Amino acid sequence: MKKPTIFFSILLLAVTCTLIAQPDDTLKIKPSYFEVNDYVEDNEDCFKCHGEIKYLLEDVENDRSATKRMAPCKIVDRDKYYTSVHKSFSCTDCHSYDFMTFPHTMDLRFEENFLCMDCHGYDETYAQYHFEEIEKEFSESIHNIADFTCWSCHDPHSYKAFMRNADDLEEAILFDNNMCLRCHADYDRFAQKTEREEIVVVESHDWLPNQTAHFAKVRCIECHTEINDSILIAHKILPKTEAVQRCTECHSKDTRLLHTLYKFQSLEERKGGFVNSIMINNSYVIGANQNVWLNRLSLLVFGLTLLVIVFHTYLRIRKQKKS
Amino acid sequence: MANKRLYLYPVWIRLWHVINALTFLALLFTGISLHFASAEHSLIPFQVSVGIHNVCAIILSFNFGVFVIGNMFTGNGMYYRKWRKNLWPKLWKQFLFYAIGIFKGGPHPFPITKKQKFNPLQKVSYVFAMYFGMPLLIISGIALMFPEKISNSIFKISGLLFYDTLHIIVGFVLSIFLVIHLYTCTLGDKPGTLFKSMINGYHEEHE
Repeated sequence: MKKPTIFFSILLLAVTCTLIAQPDDTLKIKPSYFEVNDYVEDNEDCFKCHGEIKYLLEDVENDRSATKRMAPCKIVDRDKYYTSVHKSFSCTDCHSYDFMTFPHTMDLRFEENFLCMDCHGYDETYAQYHFEEIEKEFSESIHNIADFTCWSCHDPHSYKAFMRNADDLEEAILFDNNMCLRCHADYDRFAQKTEREEIVVVESHDWLPNQTAHFAKVRCIECHTEINDSILIAHKILPKTEAVQRCTECHSKDTRLLHTLYKFQSLEERKGGFVNSIMINNSYVIGANQNVWLNRLSLLVFGLTLLVIVFHTYLRIRKQKKS
Repeated sequence: MANKRLYLYPVWIRLWHVINALTFLALLFTGISLHFASAEHSLIPFQVSVGIHNVCAIILSFNFGVFVIGNMFTGNGMYYRKWRKNLWPKLWKQFLFYAIGIFKGGPHPFPITKKQKFNPLQKVSYVFAMYFGMPLLIISGIALMFPEKISNSIFKISGLLFYDTLHIIVGFVLSIFLVIHLYTCTLGDKPGTLFKSMINGYHEEHE
């Protein structure tokens, strides 16, 4: 009876040891990556450092090594990368092949990054996205300051076209607002871009009723950009003095939300008598989602009530005159 | 000089009534303004409406609590009880009086006494307005005041849409009640007699 127990114990130990001994990197590569990218193994040369919070620095000449912390801004999350719009790319499609040597040379550290327009601008393939219009809007935006590029908001290693393909609008809103809050709720990042005083988002919006509901149901850019019907997402960020503060811009039949958040869904017609019905799938905006049938019915009932009262009054006056 | 004078409206009822009337009117106008809000023109500025609507709603809700508790512990509650007894014949009789009898100078089928402050139509409509309509209006209003607490989906529709539609429908029904209530209050001895009762507390009529 003892022999099989010893045998299975040894077997279990061997399996466990094999699993533990396996290098972390191979465990981190998921089969799904191969479905979208032909360069997963090549990319791993970069990810083994830039996909981790630490890396091994080796000094071959003096035969020494040390574990160093990777700067957070240099870390690329594998999962996010392989689900982003650039998921099929090899790292060296955009970065110099010389990065394959480590430590990276000083010259490489000054590598100029590609910007959106370098690949997407003035190209018929991407004409539907109107990158040229986006660039024009950005140039007029309050964000057009030194060291502020597309990358400041749109990390090419994790960017997803969320709004365009939004199944869950609330998730898309969260994704979008986090883009703003990455700097506007983190003074360390904010201070890297500007000398301005810290903005405390909650305090600067204390005039806004039901702040939590607003932050969860609409994007910052609904109020902080100028409407532009030719692009999906407006990029002309306005100075705070020009941000929308009039409630009726959204809370009215002609709500601006149809030109912003619900722009690409607003072609849908009235459903169940509700004005701007497309918004009802996600939310309900007082003033913007009146029910046409209820409005008509209430007018009819109110009118009939008044009619009966007027007629009753007339009969009373007539009776009084007779007596 | 009236030859029938009954003290039917004690001070607390009159105070409750005037607060209820004023807050309800404020809620009605601000509610309409919010519902039909427009970027170009608004009856009342949106933010002002929201502020007034919220404050008045809180006052109205507390005042409603005063009404319910007052009716539980004072004699005023009896006027709202036993409203279903022989309901339909009584309602019909009262309806016929308002529709025909009143023009013929016929006697009031349910004269006001110390034990019977309301006629059957009043009783039913007041019970529905105060014990069904007001709670629904207040509950849906509280839900709209704290939209982040509302369940995302109720009966497969947005929670906000559900409560807002309920709020608007009940609010509308109660505002129709208000119009009819105001008109029937002109049916006293003189058009102003019943309004005067709500000021001095005495119901007055010529027998």
